[in-house]
Amino acid sequence: MAVTGAVMLAYLVAHMLGNLKIFFGPEEFNGYAHWLRTIGAPVLHHGWFLWLLRAGLLTAVVLHGVAAYQLTRRARAARPVRYAHRRARTDYATRTMRWGGVILALFVVWHLLDLTTGTVNPHGRPGQSYQNVVATFGTWYGNAVYGVAMLALGLHVRHGLLAAARSLGLAGARAERALRATGTGLALALTAGFLVVPVAVMTKVVS
Amino acid sequence: MRLTLRVWRQSGPEAPGHLAEYEVDGLSADMSFLELLDVLNERLALGGEEPVAFDHDCREGICGACGMVVNGRAHGPEPTTACQLHLRSFADGEVVDVEPWRAAAFPVVKDLVVDRSALDRVIGAGGYVTAPTGSAPEAHATPVPAADAERAFADAACIGCGACVAACPNGSAALFTAAKVNHLNTLPQGAPEADRRVLSMVSAMDAEGFGGCTSAGECARACPAGIPLPTIAAMNRAYLRATRRP
Repeated sequence: MAVTGAVMLAYLVAHMLGNLKIFFGPEEFNGYAHWLRTIGAPVLHHGWFLWLLRAGLLTAVVLHGVAAYQLTRRARAARPVRYAHRRARTDYATRTMRWGGVILALFVVWHLLDLTTGTVNPHGRPGQSYQNVVATFGTWYGNAVYGVAMLALGLHVRHGLLAAARSLGLAGARAERALRATGTGLALALTAGFLVVPVAVMTKVVS
Repeated sequence: MRLTLRVWRQSGPEAPGHLAEYEVDGLSADMSFLELLDVLNERLALGGEEPVAFDHDCREGICGACGMVVNGRAHGPEPTTACQLHLRSFADGEVVDVEPWRAAAFPVVKDLVVDRSALDRVIGAGGYVTAPTGSAPEAHATPVPAADAERAFADAACIGCGACVAACPNGSAALFTAAKVNHLNTLPQGAPEADRRVLSMVSAMDAEGFGGCTSAGECARACPAGIPLPTIAAMNRAYLRATRRP
């Protein structure tokens, strides 16, 4: 859980920062999208870097999901009889890890069909990433799906970072507070950094 | 004061159980929760009914024998053991649910009594020092840094009551095992067997059917001995280090 989560978190930070290039206009953003396909050239063929990255991310997603499934199965087996007196345990971010993760997995499928393959995108032309993004966030459902997913992401990261650090034995008594602050800070930065794009499209800052 | 208790009644390990409702009045706010059960049992016995079975011993919060889930919280609303929980923590006329620890590794023996031998087996897998130590050594013979002593002391405060397992949404015994691993691993007497201890105690913990830790933190909030949550991270660190070493 911890290692695969860290891999995906590192990718998300790069992804979020890359998205912000949309504020420099269509040429710059589409040029950036094109550059991503040329990373590693001439050693790597066109687009190979992206495919290697996708393979790595897919492995991380699958292993993360399998580990989560196993943990959930173990938890169910460890408490066959539930308490009659129910009460909300732990904080919201912790309680929503499992369903939040499912929401994020479903979002990733939609997100790939929308902005990678263009299948469900209203514009959907390869090489025109900027126009595709504007088209998605021109629809109410595009904004709704994206907004919910990014809030789920923030909650997931808020609990996930600290939990991962504890699993890897990094969160000592002294490091605990710093890691908690890092988790919350990173969750806020990622959610805000990702959400600023649809907000910009909605307010016509990006069009 | 008066309380309405809904107590888990189960006549034996295989028997089906249910929550039975009892009105108990004439109570003092200064009574402990176990004294409340004593009052209830006295009345049940006088009425020819079977008294509620529950574990208890020292009744001063240090033995770890008592334990029950009160209103969904292990040991009830106060950060202490059920024996040190007082009725002043409840409102007059309140309905109070009393259930046993719920975990596959803690089968119910009767009513509120569960079998916590699983924790003993985790201890048996390495929660000790094998070197024959003889009589108490001279205190300054083996210097221990103050910070290590404090950490070992904090972990050694575990009374093995099982509240961490009962409170954990996953039914994990990570806090208990971590406390038992770390209080020995931190000290020079326990250090030579540190790797073997952590590996074997963690595998014993898994073999007992406890759930996995997801860092929910409910264990540390329920712990009457105040075992800190980061002790689990320290155990994970020791575990990873031990698996890397030959």
